[in-house]
Amino acid sequence: MSGPVVTGIGLLAPNGFGVERYWEAVLEGRGGIGRITRFDVSRYPARLAGQIPDFRAADHLPSRLLPQTDISTQLALVAADWALLDAKIEPGAFADYDMGVVTSNACGGFEFTHREFKKLWSQGPKAVSVYESFAWFYAVNTGQISIRNELRGPSSALVAEQAGGLDAIGHARRTIARGTPMVVTGGVDSALDPWAWAAQIASGRVSRSADPRRAYLPFDSAAEGYVPGEGGAILVLEAADAARARGAHQVYGEIAGYAATFDPPPGSGAPSALRRAVELALADAGMRPDEIDVVFADAAGVADLDRVEAEAISAVFGAGAVPVTAPKTLTGRLYSGGGPVDVAAALLSIRDGVVPPTSGTTDVPSGYRIDLVRGVPRAGRVSSALVLARGKWGFNAAVVVREATV
Amino acid sequence: MTTMTTEDLRRVLIECAGEAEQDVLSGDIADVEFDDLGYDSLALMETAARIAQDYGVQIPDERIVELRTPREVLELVNNSLAQS
Amino acid sequence: MITGIGVRTAGGNSTKEFWNLLTSGSSATRRISFFDPSPYRSQVAAEADFDPVHEGLSPLEIRRMDRASQFAVVCAREAVADSGLEFDTVDPSRVGVSLGSAVAAATSLEQEYLVLSDSGRDWLVDPANLSPHMFDYLVPSVMPAEVAWTVAAQGPVTMVSNGCTSGLDSVGHACQLIREGSAEVMLAGASDTPITPIVVSCFDAIKATTPRNDDPEHASRPFDRTRTGFVLAEGAAMFVLEDYDRARRRGARVYAEISGYATRCNAYHMTGLKTDGREMAEAIRVALAESRTAATAVDYINAHGSGTRQNDRHETAAYKRSLGEHAYRTPVSSIKSMVGHSLGAIGSIEIAASALAIEHGVVPPTANLHEADPECDLDYVPLTAREQRVDTVLTVGSGFGGFQSAMILRRPTGGVR
Repeated sequence: MSGPVVTGIGLLAPNGFGVERYWEAVLEGRGGIGRITRFDVSRYPARLAGQIPDFRAADHLPSRLLPQTDISTQLALVAADWALLDAKIEPGAFADYDMGVVTSNACGGFEFTHREFKKLWSQGPKAVSVYESFAWFYAVNTGQISIRNELRGPSSALVAEQAGGLDAIGHARRTIARGTPMVVTGGVDSALDPWAWAAQIASGRVSRSADPRRAYLPFDSAAEGYVPGEGGAILVLEAADAARARGAHQVYGEIAGYAATFDPPPGSGAPSALRRAVELALADAGMRPDEIDVVFADAAGVADLDRVEAEAISAVFGAGAVPVTAPKTLTGRLYSGGGPVDVAAALLSIRDGVVPPTSGTTDVPSGYRIDLVRGVPRAGRVSSALVLARGKWGFNAAVVVREATV
Repeated sequence: MTTMTTEDLRRVLIECAGEAEQDVLSGDIADVEFDDLGYDSLALMETAARIAQDYGVQIPDERIVELRTPREVLELVNNSLAQS
Repeated sequence: MITGIGVRTAGGNSTKEFWNLLTSGSSATRRISFFDPSPYRSQVAAEADFDPVHEGLSPLEIRRMDRASQFAVVCAREAVADSGLEFDTVDPSRVGVSLGSAVAAATSLEQEYLVLSDSGRDWLVDPANLSPHMFDYLVPSVMPAEVAWTVAAQGPVTMVSNGCTSGLDSVGHACQLIREGSAEVMLAGASDTPITPIVVSCFDAIKATTPRNDDPEHASRPFDRTRTGFVLAEGAAMFVLEDYDRARRRGARVYAEISGYATRCNAYHMTGLKTDGREMAEAIRVALAESRTAATAVDYINAHGSGTRQNDRHETAAYKRSLGEHAYRTPVSSIKSMVGHSLGAIGSIEIAASALAIEHGVVPPTANLHEADPECDLDYVPLTAREQRVDTVLTVGSGFGGFQSAMILRRPTGGVR
């Protein structure tokens, strides 16, 4: 029995506009982190982010959609368009109720809503846009993708900070197992307006470094926080037999396993539940640890969190027994977009037989006991990968992707 | 006296709701129904709110849903401006 | 199986008070008191008289949590106590949380915005005035985290944010997790506290809320010919959900079984509804099929009944389309006539009402319904509650983004204990 397969990918990241450009950048070590240019960032204590340069929504979307959407939704709609195009789903291939949308969202349409808050308090209630009622809320990307592509099947929007994107993929897989043959899934976030930027700084985990190459150093002894970014990925996920039946022209791989756990309450002293998420996802995929060829780490860039993740990986796989990598060092953490972009990267690793490196990090404490792929890509057959994502407050999610046996 | 021209309305519509789905905005749109232009009730509500801000003309809620063409909007707005 | 319930609404500071309000047929709506509503088109709301200190929240919790989180946590604690389940006897890795909310920390976001932006004068905000909790308001998954911490849950924890169907979908999500074996016990429900200027003004803009400001107590009038929109509300409901065997084994009181659930999207419009009710009817049909319940077995429909013209007609069409002639014989009522529309929370609050209808054998009425819209020709249980045995309830939700959801609740086999 096979789990659902990924047949299309749409991806927008700070270092690559489109999945192949992103992948090229990742293998060449080109990053998209720089000083924020969307507003005057000089008075803020953190100034680096992963920004998608030169995104012009009007080049990709109908004019009617522009006034009613935040940049995060515009990015999500473009990613969904590209994913469906990549999967070459012909009109009529599925009945409308047989196609669902499950996305994750962490920040909502925040720049849009910031503008409306400003209008409300500087011009009065009558200045607030009719679109504010839906451009802000967390379901907006699911709703707009459903409308634009006439997908009427079971749909949902999940929030779990950075873990949410993997939860969406896990729930899409569940939705397929329950009988809906095709689900568009993933996550996209963008919150690089002044208010959202301040809010991100309030998490206490955003790096204050001014050096784009040294700002986000997960698993490094010098780790001092993460760099936020914008973007994400939308995938077309299909039941394996449905993809076969319609003669899908490509299959990137299978979503073979998924699990989510939650950490014990802060201060309880009990160990993190991340290790259990890894074990449950492997069990769900019916795989042993030694069958996993690479781990795409959550890579928090915060020493305590890095240590917990390194311990979980070495406890399950053995010390240094599996290559670990974090190409998100080139994009920053993308919140709901982070997990789906890593799943895309894992699928491309399988396709091309290469593990992308972690950039920046040089000094991994020996106590971490992980084999972190650094410097240059590591060539070799990759038939399966584990992708991890953790969300602030204790969310852990794990997805196993596997080469599809067609 | 201020009046609102077709061109003014076209500009407000584009700002509030984007360009029409059909490529008719370059021609004479005055008598093309909003449905055919691809503008829905939300587009018209946003437009009415903008007209109230920019021209000081309040279009009553129940009238907004009845307005079918740009000409009807312009007549309502300009009559109201003429009376003020 | 629902084995514990906690509810907070306007006029309902406990599950018991909530049920008393529903059976009395009176509305808890009033002129907005949280801020001066005079600049707004709609000036009425269903405000809860919620006192966090009286509810037992610690000063630290009150400082840390947004109002919507406070509601969720208080309801979670009530549901846990009501269930009689000793959570320290359950493996925490088998306990999960599924929480719904549409606008999450809107209240705190607005308060913080005014501080940071010098009351809206600046686009660049001042990080010097930043609250340490601002990130929790930006990213609302702190809400299910807070609920998880109340019982030290370590299983799957998530937030389902599907706009106005969030409260139905979060509980439906939890049922799927129990059924597939990902959790044995779920704390599920929803919370929203949207009575704040930004939310009031965005519904003003689309004219979805009622401008009937001179008569706040009778402003929420679903299905009535004179209704003019919904009344914004706040509230929360949480449930303890367990699988059948587990609930039986420990001799738990079971309010109701959630036997079917489905959701569909209309892919039509972010706020508009087609008149034919096609997608909601499909969700109902699939929920009935999952429940293995015949349409004719439904003996109460707990409606979405928001009190907008397009909604009332849309769902009336959906009932006829899915239940056929039986729609005309089935009582349909909207509790939004009494507790208002609390966006993402109301779906869970309506599940609570549905479960209590089964337990008490009472169908809550549609308050303020004096003369039905001629296009709405079903039995909407006007004004007064009706005593009747209720075995099977259909409850539905409809929301922005096109979400249409339906759930079937059933008297548990062996009866309510």
